[in-house]
Amino acid sequence: MSVFVIRRLMQAFFVVFLMSVIVFFGVNIVGDPVYMLVSPDADQADIEAAIRRLGLDRPIWEQYLLFLKGAAQGNLGDSFIFGEPALKLILHHMPATLELAFSALFLAIAIGIPLGLFSGLYPDNPVSKGIMAGSILGFSLPTFWVGLMLILLFAVELGWLPSTGRGDTATIFGIETSLATWDGLKHIFLPALNLALLKISLAIRLTRAGVREAMGQDYVKYARAKGVSTRRIIFVHVMKNIMIPVVTVMGLEFGSLIGFSVVTETIFAWPGMGKLLIDAILQLDRPVVVAYLMIMVLFFVVINLIVDILYSILDPRVRLQDQGA
Amino acid sequence: MRKLTAAAAVTVSAMALFTGAALAEKLTIGLASEPTSMDPHFHNLGPNNAMSVHLFDRLIAQDEKQRLSPGLAVSWKPIDDLTWEFKLREGVKFHDGSEFNADDVICTMERAPDVPNSPSGYGTYLKGKTFKKIDDYTVHAITEAPYPLMANDISTIPVISDSAGCGAATEDFNAGTAAVGTGPFKFSNYKPGESITLVRNDDYWGDAPAWSEVEFRPIKSGPSRVAALLAGDVDMIAGVPTTDIETLKGKDNIQLSQGVSNRVIYLHRDQFRENSPFVKGNDGADIKNPLMDQRVRLAISKAISRDAIVDRVMEGVALPAGQLLPEGFFGVSDKLKPLDYDPEGAKALLAEAGYGDGFQLTIHGPNDRYINDAKIAEAIGQMLTRVGIKTAVETMPRSVYFGRASRGSPDGLPEFSFILVGWGAGSGEASSPLKSLIHTYDKDKGFGSSNRGRHSNAEIDAKIEEALRTVDDEKRQDLLATATEMAIEDVAIIPTHFQVNTWAAKKGLKYIPRTDEYTLAMGVVKE
Amino acid sequence: MTDATLQAGPRAPAKVETPFQRFRAEFFESRIAATAFVVIVIIVLLAVLAPWITPQNPYDLAQVDVLDGRLPPGSEAFAGYTMWLGSDGAGRDLYSAILYGLRISISVGLASGVIALFIGMTVGLIAAYAGGRTEAIIMRVVDLQLSFPASLVALMLVAALGKGVDKIILALVVAQWAYYARTVRATALVERGKEYVEAAQCLGLSRIRVVFRHILPNCLAPLIVVGTVQTAHAVSLEATLSFLGVGLPQTEPSLGVLIANGFEYMLSGRYWISVFPGIALLVTVASINLVGDQLRDVLNPRLKK
Repeated sequence: MSVFVIRRLMQAFFVVFLMSVIVFFGVNIVGDPVYMLVSPDADQADIEAAIRRLGLDRPIWEQYLLFLKGAAQGNLGDSFIFGEPALKLILHHMPATLELAFSALFLAIAIGIPLGLFSGLYPDNPVSKGIMAGSILGFSLPTFWVGLMLILLFAVELGWLPSTGRGDTATIFGIETSLATWDGLKHIFLPALNLALLKISLAIRLTRAGVREAMGQDYVKYARAKGVSTRRIIFVHVMKNIMIPVVTVMGLEFGSLIGFSVVTETIFAWPGMGKLLIDAILQLDRPVVVAYLMIMVLFFVVINLIVDILYSILDPRVRLQDQGA
Repeated sequence: MRKLTAAAAVTVSAMALFTGAALAEKLTIGLASEPTSMDPHFHNLGPNNAMSVHLFDRLIAQDEKQRLSPGLAVSWKPIDDLTWEFKLREGVKFHDGSEFNADDVICTMERAPDVPNSPSGYGTYLKGKTFKKIDDYTVHAITEAPYPLMANDISTIPVISDSAGCGAATEDFNAGTAAVGTGPFKFSNYKPGESITLVRNDDYWGDAPAWSEVEFRPIKSGPSRVAALLAGDVDMIAGVPTTDIETLKGKDNIQLSQGVSNRVIYLHRDQFRENSPFVKGNDGADIKNPLMDQRVRLAISKAISRDAIVDRVMEGVALPAGQLLPEGFFGVSDKLKPLDYDPEGAKALLAEAGYGDGFQLTIHGPNDRYINDAKIAEAIGQMLTRVGIKTAVETMPRSVYFGRASRGSPDGLPEFSFILVGWGAGSGEASSPLKSLIHTYDKDKGFGSSNRGRHSNAEIDAKIEEALRTVDDEKRQDLLATATEMAIEDVAIIPTHFQVNTWAAKKGLKYIPRTDEYTLAMGVVKE
Repeated sequence: MTDATLQAGPRAPAKVETPFQRFRAEFFESRIAATAFVVIVIIVLLAVLAPWITPQNPYDLAQVDVLDGRLPPGSEAFAGYTMWLGSDGAGRDLYSAILYGLRISISVGLASGVIALFIGMTVGLIAAYAGGRTEAIIMRVVDLQLSFPASLVALMLVAALGKGVDKIILALVVAQWAYYARTVRATALVERGKEYVEAAQCLGLSRIRVVFRHILPNCLAPLIVVGTVQTAHAVSLEATLSFLGVGLPQTEPSLGVLIANGFEYMLSGRYWISVFPGIALLVTVASINLVGDQLRDVLNPRLKK
């Protein structure tokens, strides 16, 4: 067991190292951040001083070694633009993104599963066809376009919800969140819905497929034959069997929610780390881009590691296979 | 936090009622670009400078047309060739109650050029100047050579407090503890990416602002910003996209304010290479750089319909340009007018220069820096193609563009042959563009730092340098105007238009437009 | 599924259908899928024929006039033709720009899809057939890649590579190859255990021949399904990246760039600049998705009655 864990840990470490090389060199070859930073009034001497201050006069491998040295001490570099540690900036913006992604996930499950269930049970009902058509639309419409439409409709035309921003936040369990105030909830609804749109479609389709498959299987036929009520069959037997895979897949989509939050945060001026990333990319704030990507790499590698180890505990075959390899 | 400030606002308004001053009212402004810090000396950048004007006064203030007026200094004058004397305002208090005096000025001038981690500091304006305290309310600035632009330079430096600010780090300013100035507003709350809240300084030495509380919200996406105004989430927005101006004009509940800025959009052409990398013959072969020929440059300028750019691309929100700064600025020439659109004349000139069949050219430009920049580049490409110069258009993000345009070629020289750029005269007078764009590139003297075409004319250089030594305003004005006329005559630069900035506010509010593009709460007035 | 199947079922043996004929009959059972398929054919034709059926080449600056900018649908262009869908801010005829944009979007989607499919397929087959350590390593890489959201991978890459058609194709390939690899390997593993492979091996056929001539054809069905879904995904991902300002260049706009450019006109009442390219994108992506759906239904034996 411990051999397995050590082996996996080493693999994970190697992956993180490899990614740090790719990310660092990739981000550092594009563009020239100096001209993004210096004032136009600056003369040649000022520009050269800025290049030295940012360490851009050193060869790139030396910059990388410095980065590694800092990273080993938990310092992923200082933002060119804000002058603060990149890690601190990202952690500061992270709660807003996480709360947005969780809200979107919640909406996707709360809206998608009931709709999918209905259309799976009554595939020929016109409402089901409407739901399915809607889910195709949800898959095919560009997120950014829908975002502005939502603002236009609910904020500008109807005036029901605020257009942009995060609203009031309050602290519960030591976490600052907008889910704790009415004003905050009003602000988060539209962006969360916008972000959830793709995932609602996904949940509908997964649930529908699951229900249709389950309804034809023996245990349902058997339950029917035994005279179990349809309601009980659906909500106890079928739901139990389809909920686990659907919720698992939706959970795995969480990463993609964080990825897509870049778009939603840009449109809704949501102060999360997605917006921080896209601003950093556009303004060439290299340390922030590198730090963001490294945090993401670390995040997913750790999740992978945990899943692997859990699997190996639950299913010894995985471990044996790995040793054989 | 919000409750606290609300309570504070109530007290303020109660006091206001007693004193009969302005009422407690909150103003929310949607900003197009966010300041990167609350430290006024951290980053010499438009949004940062605009924000710091609220909290920190300068010795010399710039009004909405960038004219100089007394700030924390009541007077300034040269007492000999190398020394300027500043008399400071007495009885001014910082937000923490401490008294303002010469010590604050001295320590400000020490800190401003030298902030750790600063991406772009204020050293540019303080180079070669030493400051000396004479008494509590007199300061001398000493230079190595006669320097007429002292007042312009000093007007860019925000004054911080000796006791609260000079020893502090940027983080202390962001946290608010060090953000103690003498300005019309006091720091209240700063949430990066989300909001900046300021409250009125009731002890302000100048005119008290009309707003008891101001909240700035960065909303980068143009349509989202307009939507926020229409939805009533903000009272005013800066940077109204040109595409929405027409619609907003039609709304009864919205009021627009427009004003020309100090920013000229212009074209620079490769002026130093015999074979320019993005100029080719009609068959794609290398040719001798035709842009070296003044007639070709003039033909290009004539081939550009400035009216079409203003009307169609900018939707009427710009002014055709014939020189480096719009009318009314110090040092502009009253003889220069925008060149008329004359495609036939352009063709004739090209034929005369031996390029009757035209040649191939690529115009490079940014696509996220100036208002409608990519569209302008495209329009210019169309116009040049019409007169026979087959022009390709390549636009790129500014993060890539400026580096390549400044030193992108293998030997560290400007990479492109023909570029679209803009220049905002931060000092509010003509020496700024002349010095950086027209003067021969000279690393040692710090001239021509943005002269990406490397145009070089010793006569113009001499005029510019003379102007920069001339302390007498009238003489300097003449020298600057002459230098500009010579540069335009030489087609050292092709100005296309001046940007016009637009602010939109809900009905009942009006913004006094500023040429420096700043968005200031002090400029929002009730009608 | 419907009455048609029931009727088609018994009739089938009499006519001796080939598998492809059976597949075709089942596919066109759904009228929606059939329509979607026809729509895709039309869209591809329009895109291919664009230079011959549009009044303007929107990439040729000599033909685009800024004075024609922002004209509403039905206006007459300076050059004399009618702009049925209006024009965009640079004076491009939207009808022409949409067809040319479709060319780019579809080429980007297809090119990235085909390259990713080829790479993924090869890697997946190698993994399935080699087994052991090779398989373990390959699948670790695939798993890891899949744990990253495709949108983030693509964003990361274009941030590092810069703009351009080739770069965005590369980014989409890197973001997508793992999906194909996983699919191929999973199917190939199942196929490897089947009798016909054993039989082929007993006959002494070479490994490569077994893999490519016998196992691969049997993996095609799921690959096609994944391929359609991923192509649709690639087209909309390109649009999103272009909206964020890191996708394709402005001067030769794909559908995504057209929509993104039109996005700034949305509040100004000039709906056509963004809405018509939006509809074109929607119809394209939705049709591909609908066809993909039907393919999955037809090719998935568990859903058959």
